[in-house]
Formats: sequence, structure tokens, C-alpha cells
Amino acid sequence: MKDRLLIKGARVICPANGIDKKIDVLVDAGEIKDTGVNIGASDGAISINATGLVLAPGLIDLHCHLREPGFEYKETVRSGTAAAVKGGFTTICAMPNTNPVADNATAIQSLMDKAKGQPARVLPIGAATKNSAGKELTEMADMVDAGAIGFSDDGNPISSDILMRHALEYSSALGVPIIDHCEVSSLFTNGQINEGWIASRLGLQGIPAAAEEQMVNRNIALAKLTGGWVHLAHVSTKGSVDSIRRAKKLGVRITAEATPHHLTLTEEAVLHRPGSSGIYKPLSEDAYNTMSKVNPPLRTQEDVDALVEGLADGIIDIIATDHAPHAYTEKLCPMQEAAFGISNLETAFASALSLVHNKKLNLPRLIESMASSPARLLQTSNKKIGQITKGFSADLTLFDMNTGWTVDTNQFVSKGKNSPLHGQKLKGKVILTIYKGQVVYSELNKDLLYT
Amino acid sequence: MSPHAGIPSLKPLASNRFDERKHVLDLDDFTPGEIQLVLDNALAMQEVMGRSVRKVPALRGKTIVTLFHEPSTRTRASFEQAGKILSADVINISDSASSAKKGESLYNTALSIQAMQADIIVVRHPHSGSTNFLARHLNSSIINAGDGYHAHPSQALLDLYTIQSHFGDIKNRKVVIVGDILYSRVARSNLWGLTKMGARVTLCAPPTLMPPDFINGFSKDHPFKSVSVTHNLSEAIKDADVVMALRLQAERQSKGRLPSLREYSRLYGINREILSLANKKVIVMHPGPMNENVEINTEIAHGPHSVIQEQVKNGVAVRMALLYAVAAANRGGK
Repeated sequence: MKDRLLIKGARVICPANGIDKKIDVLVDAGEIKDTGVNIGASDGAISINATGLVLAPGLIDLHCHLREPGFEYKETVRSGTAAAVKGGFTTICAMPNTNPVADNATAIQSLMDKAKGQPARVLPIGAATKNSAGKELTEMADMVDAGAIGFSDDGNPISSDILMRHALEYSSALGVPIIDHCEVSSLFTNGQINEGWIASRLGLQGIPAAAEEQMVNRNIALAKLTGGWVHLAHVSTKGSVDSIRRAKKLGVRITAEATPHHLTLTEEAVLHRPGSSGIYKPLSEDAYNTMSKVNPPLRTQEDVDALVEGLADGIIDIIATDHAPHAYTEKLCPMQEAAFGISNLETAFASALSLVHNKKLNLPRLIESMASSPARLLQTSNKKIGQITKGFSADLTLFDMNTGWTVDTNQFVSKGKNSPLHGQKLKGKVILTIYKGQVVYSELNKDLLYT
Repeated sequence: MSPHAGIPSLKPLASNRFDERKHVLDLDDFTPGEIQLVLDNALAMQEVMGRSVRKVPALRGKTIVTLFHEPSTRTRASFEQAGKILSADVINISDSASSAKKGESLYNTALSIQAMQADIIVVRHPHSGSTNFLARHLNSSIINAGDGYHAHPSQALLDLYTIQSHFGDIKNRKVVIVGDILYSRVARSNLWGLTKMGARVTLCAPPTLMPPDFINGFSKDHPFKSVSVTHNLSEAIKDADVVMALRLQAERQSKGRLPSLREYSRLYGINREILSLANKKVIVMHPGPMNENVEINTEIAHGPHSVIQEQVKNGVAVRMALLYAVAAANRGGK
């Protein structure tokens, strides 16, 4: 009986086919059955009055960390997927930096098996080199056959130029990207936050923008050389955006993502809570906020502005969360000892919506960058996702643009409570998440929930 | 505690809101009046140190824990002596003797110390911001005795005291800080303290030992806007009243920041020749420990312009004034 849902009266946004209008959507047997004005109540369908709400394709996150196996105290596939659907995501791609590293088909298959029966789709990213050690390529074809959608050594940038070249050449035959965390780590020592005045006054070593830009530029050069596909993970600087813009103009096969935090927060978040300001004032008691320690680091307002502009222009293709859950104690320490990363799945969409509220981005472009475009980057996996189109998987996110709420990390279903947004007000809330036609998260009638 | 706690010339803390100060983490949140009060009360403490019986009951019944996660000779001993002269119970915990060796986190170590009802915890730690971290999570007062490259406020205060005791004032005195600014908590705290007290500060270092954002000087809205930055010591030292040399660690060479200690010494070492360009009454300071004949020549370090031993002696009085102020501030508290 819960197999048939009729969602009535929502503003439906599906950028892949240019839809942005008030229509009804009928879901049946896990698929989008019909879309149109005034679809009549059909047999046994549960009707959901969604007047005043927005219905989008289920959000897709190309970059998150589920920590299983090896770090189950930080997150599991179960807790991570529960966090995903609470945040409006129905598909999430898991990075391979588990223990052991997901660098072979068996590990990929194991994650696929664990993901069965969870409330969201999990697509694995395989390691690009064995044990992510940067020495030898992995068996990429085996892993693609087992379900991998791309390859990355995640936090370990592929620093060997020739190995990166071969990784791009080899993966191009498989139609999947090499996802690179762009950072020349030999350019700094023990970097904690963005290089600049804030790092200087706090006595922390900085991570310069050049460390990212240098590798962005190398990757562009290698993509041009090989014709392979580089996807740049979480770019954070204006210089990176400028380089990507030039490369795309030249037709280089390159795609890029930015995170909600790099699009909305600056390095000041390590000094005080978002909303306060003043980098020259005496340190507040919130200074050295380890919750804002993330790699790449939060940068300057100029960088944030360039990223937002790049996202609006499509130079930055997608928003990805880089959801990086950690145990509380891994942040309850001096900055230098703290883990990098932000638990992001439950706040990412509302954070990104602030760009729409501030008129820096239009809503269809936001939905495109969080659903349709990620789906396009996953096309080789042949999943019918990311569209509200007849025959596609009924993955849907229903949200209210204007509901205000205060982030309380104690309420996170993710095991990672590490967020600099704790106590912050966000505007826009996920009301209902539907995965394969089942209600997997609901702020409405809990009877709708599939259990 | 009696109003003057056995020290008749102490100034009342309330006059400068010092009675509200719980922690001493850096000088960035000190007003010039607060700094002056510490210096004035340090003078009163000097009087106590000159007595035949160096003991006053000011902090009787108070517990001070020194928690040192980094080696120290001067600072730890100085705080300990300061606490003992004021009759506090002083407990010393050092890294090698603490549970940190067994992998205990700083947070858990600190909670245990707090549970011993420490009124004041004096902390040194190799990681910047560790004292801010403890101040955020503990009820005890925290005095920063040096955290990473961030701050060393008691050192800066004793440096200010030393300058004032020589010249009678700090305002408009030209102070040149020479050396490894990049990795120096002493330089950072002195920048706040000296600029607040109106000194004219010049920073002098090779570009590789200067914080990258300092190299081109400071903008008009910057708290260090009056500070000059140069790579040329003979230019910097012209007419200087105070030359403060910083310790240079040998690993700066192996990490590629310097070609050799010899060339560093040739360009930035304080010797008789370079010192002749300064004010005739120039004083030479060093926070210690020194590398003689690297950043400072032996004949200067132990010569007539050197006040390095005085700095150590003044350190006890300044720390007495700080401990007294922080303990008094907590008098009515939890």
C-alpha cells in the first residue's frame, strides 16, 4: 500500500529536463510513474499534500566518508545512510579510505552488500592505487564491474605525475573519473588552517592556496595530455576556479566539486562562531575552533565569492559534502591534534540553500548541482537517477524553502557530531525523502515511513 | 586574604577591571591600564623579594599546579618560586612524569588536575591554542606559560617590566625584535604588549623566518599598524633603545629555511659592530635559552648592555603580580 504515492501540489524542479512548475508526481513500484497537472487519485495511492513545498530529484553526494570497515566508531554504512536521507540525499558515494582501503573488487562488493537494505543508495569509489600508497595502479576494471563509479586516493593526493598520467589513461577506457584531492603537501609542513593573518596570530602553520592550485594545474595539464577525465575534489581557492575556467574553455575534460562549507564559511570560523566578525579583536573563547578544521582549509571571502560565482556559472559542476564524521574526542583537543573534517550530510543542503536565499544562486541551479549534475557524472553506472522523469527511480526530496531551524549536533543521526554549524540558524528543511519509492525520512506523518 | 596581603604598596586590582580577569592566555585582551597595573604590582613584589624573609601570606591556601608538556628551566622555576613566596601550595607536573606518557589526552589530564581543586593551572604545551582549549573547558584559572608558537604573555610582561625599569617608560621607545619571528611565541606576545604600550616596534628577520603575511608590513586597520618590518638589521637597529634577540633553532637550517647558521649570524647576529648603530644606552634582551655566537655574541650576551639576567630576576616578580591578580580575581568565585 505504501508502494503508490501521489505527491500533489509541489513546485517540481527537475533541471535535467527543464521542469520548474507546479505539477503532481505519481510514484509506483519504486519508479516515477507519471508527472502532470492534476493527476487523479489512483487506486490505493497515498496522497501527500505538498502545497507550498518544493520537490526535487533525490540529492546525490559524490564525496562522503562512511568509515566502514575500520572506523566504525566514527560512522557506519547504516548511520551514514540514515544521516544522508535526513539531509535529503538518496545516493551517496563513499570514499575508499577505510581500513583496509577499498582497493579491490572484493572490498567494493562488500560495501555494495552492506548497502543493501539501507535507506539510501551507496556507490563505492575505489582506490586509484594499491593501499592508496601512490605506487601501483589498482585493478580498476574489476572494481568497475563490482560497482565502483570512480577512483581516488582521497586524502592522499596522487603525487607521482607519471602514475597520475597512467591512472588517467587506464581509467579512460572504463569511462570513470580519477577523483583527486588537489594538494601538494610538500609545499608546507604541519599545516592546520589557511595561511595568512589568522594562522599567524594563532601560531598555527598554514596551508597556502598555492598547494592546491599547483596540483589543480598539474591535473589539468595531464587531463589535456591523456584525454582522461579528472574530477577535482573540493576545490577551495579563487586560483583553482580561474584555472578550471580556462581549462574548460579549452575543452579539457575536467569536472569539479565544491563543498557547502567552502561555499559559505571563511577561515574566520576557526576564530569565532559564524556570524561574529573581527579578525583583529582579542581572541574569543571560541578561538581555535577545531570543528572548523577541515582539509582543504576554509579560505578567504575572496575565495568563497569566486567559488560561488564558479558554481553559478557551471565552472564548478557540483556540490559535494566531503562528509567526514569523527568521534567527539578527536575534536576535543588543541587544534594541531584535531582531526580534519566536518560531519556534513545533515546540514549540507540547508547550508547550500543560503546561497539561494542570499540571491547568489537560483534554486534550479542549486538542484542541478546537487542532483542532476552528479547523476550525469555517474552515467556510466547506468542508474536511472537524478531526474523526475517517467521510468526513473523514485528518488525524491521534498523540502520547505523557508522553515528556519537551529543546528543541534546532538540531534545528528550521523555518529559524527563534528560541525562548526552547531547552534547556527539555517533556513530550509527537508520534509520528506523518498528512495526507490519508499518514504525513508519524514517530518510529516510518521506512518508514511517505510520500516 | 588581607587587603594588602603583607605587601603594602600593591595597587588595588579593581581599578583596572583586573578583578574580573580569570585567565591570562595572551596580551591581546589586556588594556594598557591592565598591563601597567601588572608592572606596578611587580615593582611592589620586588620589594618583597628584597626582604630577608621572602614570604608573604597573599596566596595562603591556594593551590597552583604547573603543567609543563615541554622542557623549561626559567619559566617553570620562576612560577614555582613566585607561588611559594606568596605562600601558595605549588604542585609541579612535567610531561615525563605525567600520564601523557601513557597516552592520556590533555583534556583528561587537565580534568584530573581540576579535580584536585587547583585554583590556578600554569600551562606550557607545544601546541598553539592548548591553553585557550583548557580555559574553555575547565573552571580553574589558566595562566599560559607558552603554547606552541602562539603566546607567552608572562615573558612579554617581564620584558615590558625590564624596559620600563631601565627607561622609566615604554611609550615611543624603539624596540627591535630580531630573529625567528615565525616560530616565536615571545615575539607574538611582545607585539601585542609593546604596541599597546606605545612602543615603536621593528621586526627584523630573513623572509623565511617571518610569518608570510607580515613580510609586506601591516595595513592601516591592523593592530600592528605602527610596526615596521625589515630584512636589514643595520637599518632596523638604528637608534634602537631595545634589541630583543630570539632563539634560533638549528633545525631551521635542515628544514631549508636558512643556508647556514654562519650566514644567519653574519646577517642577523647581535655583535658589537651592529650594536654600535643603536642608541648609546641600548639594552639587549633575550628570552633564553641562548645560542651564543649564533643570534647573539658572547661578549654582548654577557656585556654591559645585556639585561638578560635581570629579565630572569624580573620574571619572578612579574609572575608574583600575575598570580596575585588572578587568584584575587577568583576570590569570590567558585
